[in-house]
Amino acid sequence: MADTAVTVGTASPGVGSGPPPPLEFSIVPVRGIPIAAALLVGLVIAISSNNLWALTFFHVGGGGLWTSIDLFLGLIIGPILGRLSIPARVEFTVRFMPKMLLIMPTLVAMTLGAGFQLAHNVGNLDANYPHHGWLVASYIIVGVMAVIALGLLEPANLAVLFELKKPRPNGERIGRLMKIFVYTAGITGLMQIATIVIMTFLASR
Amino acid sequence: MTGTPEVADPTADDIDLRQPSLPPVARLATLTLALVVVGGIYMAANYGRSVSLVPPLALAVAGALVLVVNVVLLARIPEFAWNKFFLVFRWALLAYLVFAGILEFVFVFDHTPGRQLALFSGMLAVFAIDVPLILAFSVARYQPLPV
Repeated sequence: MADTAVTVGTASPGVGSGPPPPLEFSIVPVRGIPIAAALLVGLVIAISSNNLWALTFFHVGGGGLWTSIDLFLGLIIGPILGRLSIPARVEFTVRFMPKMLLIMPTLVAMTLGAGFQLAHNVGNLDANYPHHGWLVASYIIVGVMAVIALGLLEPANLAVLFELKKPRPNGERIGRLMKIFVYTAGITGLMQIATIVIMTFLASR
Repeated sequence: MTGTPEVADPTADDIDLRQPSLPPVARLATLTLALVVVGGIYMAANYGRSVSLVPPLALAVAGALVLVVNVVLLARIPEFAWNKFFLVFRWALLAYLVFAGILEFVFVFDHTPGRQLALFSGMLAVFAIDVPLILAFSVARYQPLPV
């Protein structure tokens, strides 16, 4: 296998020799942690207060953003990213992927935590709920998405970031991992359409 | 960040040649995740009903067993970037314990019956260990070996 190291350093030409310096970026955006923590505290308060508006806010807001980001990433950003040059992809990746590492788990926790409590409060969890089958279908879709996201998408995301931290990142490996990331984001994006259909159906009953 | 003196900097070939000899940790961990998720879906679908807990219990036990086998396989890897593995594992564990804790809080808050709550808690515990395992392995497998 060829050593396809990507030149991603920032040293000016002609300065010294050897590999370029490793990229300077934070794998987890530290400045975003307080925002994520505040949202999770808000979620716990919403659940413990059983406030209908707050639960709806966290469920619909979180779910809407989760769905939109998945769709936008899988169907719009993904194909564009695939056509960019490797240095451009690297530039985009080091700015974009760390944010996803923080945003997506927070949105998923908000959506599922508030959604479960909301369904519990309005009686949708009951087996006697007339559209219980639709709800179970949404559980199955979320379950499949969770396995894809946590088993493939997120590990690929993290592995790319650590690869980019190396003095000589392997372009071929990054390309392979990014393909996994973009394809799985596309699959979960398409599954999100099914979630939108079910949730809008249930909300209109 | 990288290029620390105690870490070798092999070529991409060295790292990629190691890949076939690694045990299928990521695949087994994904299987554990799938078993726990299916069990969780079964329980959520029958929430409030008095149904048999045997199917989700069997799924949770199967998931936990696969996890134990996975940890044993992982521990038997002779040379591995353990420094990077544990770096990712401990931070991911912290994050997923928080997420599992929020879900646990919801179940406790809603007065979920004891046996169901115990099963949910067990599944969440397996989930909170399994996901960091996938993440940490996926990173460490492509890292240079410590010298």
